[in-house]
Amino acid sequence: MSYSFLRIAREALRGGTGWSRAWRDPAPKPQYDAIVVGGGGHGLATGYYLAKEHGLTNVAVLERGWIGSGNAGRNTTIIRSNYLLPGNEPFYEHSMKLWEGLEQDLNFNTMVSQRGVLNLFHSDAARDAAARRGNAMRLNGVDAELLDAAQVRAMVPQLEFASTRFPIKGGLLQKRGGTARHDAVVWGYARAADRRGVDIIQNCEVTGIRVEGGRVLGVETTRGFIGSAKVGLACAGHSSVVAAMAGLRLPIESHVLQAFVSEAIKPMIDTVVTFGAGHFYISQSDKGSLVFGGDIDGYNSYAQRGNMPLVEDVAEACVALLPQSSRLRMLRSWGGVMDMSMDGSPIIDRTPIDGLYLNAGWCYGGFKATPASGWCFAHTIARNEAHALNAAMRLDRFASGAVIDEKGAGAQPNLH
Amino acid sequence: MRIQCPHCGERGSEEFLFRGAADPQRPAADASAEAWSDYVHLRDNPVGPYNELWQHQHGCRRWLVVNRDTTTHEIFSVIDAANRERVA
Repeated sequence: MSYSFLRIAREALRGGTGWSRAWRDPAPKPQYDAIVVGGGGHGLATGYYLAKEHGLTNVAVLERGWIGSGNAGRNTTIIRSNYLLPGNEPFYEHSMKLWEGLEQDLNFNTMVSQRGVLNLFHSDAARDAAARRGNAMRLNGVDAELLDAAQVRAMVPQLEFASTRFPIKGGLLQKRGGTARHDAVVWGYARAADRRGVDIIQNCEVTGIRVEGGRVLGVETTRGFIGSAKVGLACAGHSSVVAAMAGLRLPIESHVLQAFVSEAIKPMIDTVVTFGAGHFYISQSDKGSLVFGGDIDGYNSYAQRGNMPLVEDVAEACVALLPQSSRLRMLRSWGGVMDMSMDGSPIIDRTPIDGLYLNAGWCYGGFKATPASGWCFAHTIARNEAHALNAAMRLDRFASGAVIDEKGAGAQPNLH
Repeated sequence: MRIQCPHCGERGSEEFLFRGAADPQRPAADASAEAWSDYVHLRDNPVGPYNELWQHQHGCRRWLVVNRDTTTHEIFSVIDAANRERVA
């Protein structure tokens, strides 16, 4: 069933009795041409692009819980392509371009809102770094504008400009950045993949990966063995656990990242702002809540909840940037499990096991990458080789030294 | 989360610096590049009990080996790293 204005009008007259479920609930078949483990945004997008771009429709996406129960429902919904390095920037810009056409492509309202992403800086050195990043973006054909303090004040006058400790000296603006509705993204991909014949199988936990003679044969699940010569892992925070089923150790540690919403208020902030003097970012949802987050808690965690010291840290940054927020009540907080890689950049690659592919290491930046991640992972699985866009996102780059080190801090554990 | 420092008693986790996996062993100086890369970059990253290094930065400044559950944050043991029998 296609969604359209006419359809809504027709169903309104029929009391909504004509709506059918958005995707089927099939039992797993014994054999598929490709299996994607993980029904989050990246896994569902992979299933969709396998069918759309590569004609592979005998595909299953396996999800342990239900669609939207993991990080897809736990992020701060920001989309942007303001990266520095050649290994990253064309990939994220491809993602931004897919976001820009996603609603028409999926026939689903993912509520992509290009309200801009503004990265503030508070020192001359940070201005130099922002100018360098903006120039790198523009060399890749991506929009970037360097704003001075007066331009930032004209755009977001409610920020704390009087701070003597962290004066706002300006910001790097990507106007095409913004937000998207996180749940709608997974629902839209699930429905669009299903319409092309992909089986979305929920409540199906992978418990083992069957490998023989260095080739993958399929996966053991709570709903029995499912065979496939191609298995792609898109398990986010649980990547290490699933990869260990095939005997792989990954350059990844899992950490919890918290996010927060305030009570709903009238429109106050119409863009996405990041604080340059602390790790903090904020936007406002359509319901009126301020949506904000900060740093990871800082120790290995598979708990989908965080602890108090980080709550305090994020609240301090929030009040430092937006003093009037001190009178707001925090409504909810939640945590998602992040697959932190050793250089802060992701991995989309083959593995040493034939037919086993890995999509992991998204750190705290996986949401914006959803379309391109699925697009590139589908290419890697279907063609058994990386696309130029993910060619640098190799699993062996830590051993070879060809890391993608956005921060310039060196690849190591405890980087973040 | 609170950690029972063997020298200072029970303290909030914000007094401590987290430094990750405690079990990886530094290879010999002439070990292969692969062994060194594995030591620096690869981690078991388990769900459940995990041996970790925490330094009581705002207390006695001793390095501790904390055995902690990565899902429940329950802490099973804390010992001074100097007193630890190295895992082979």
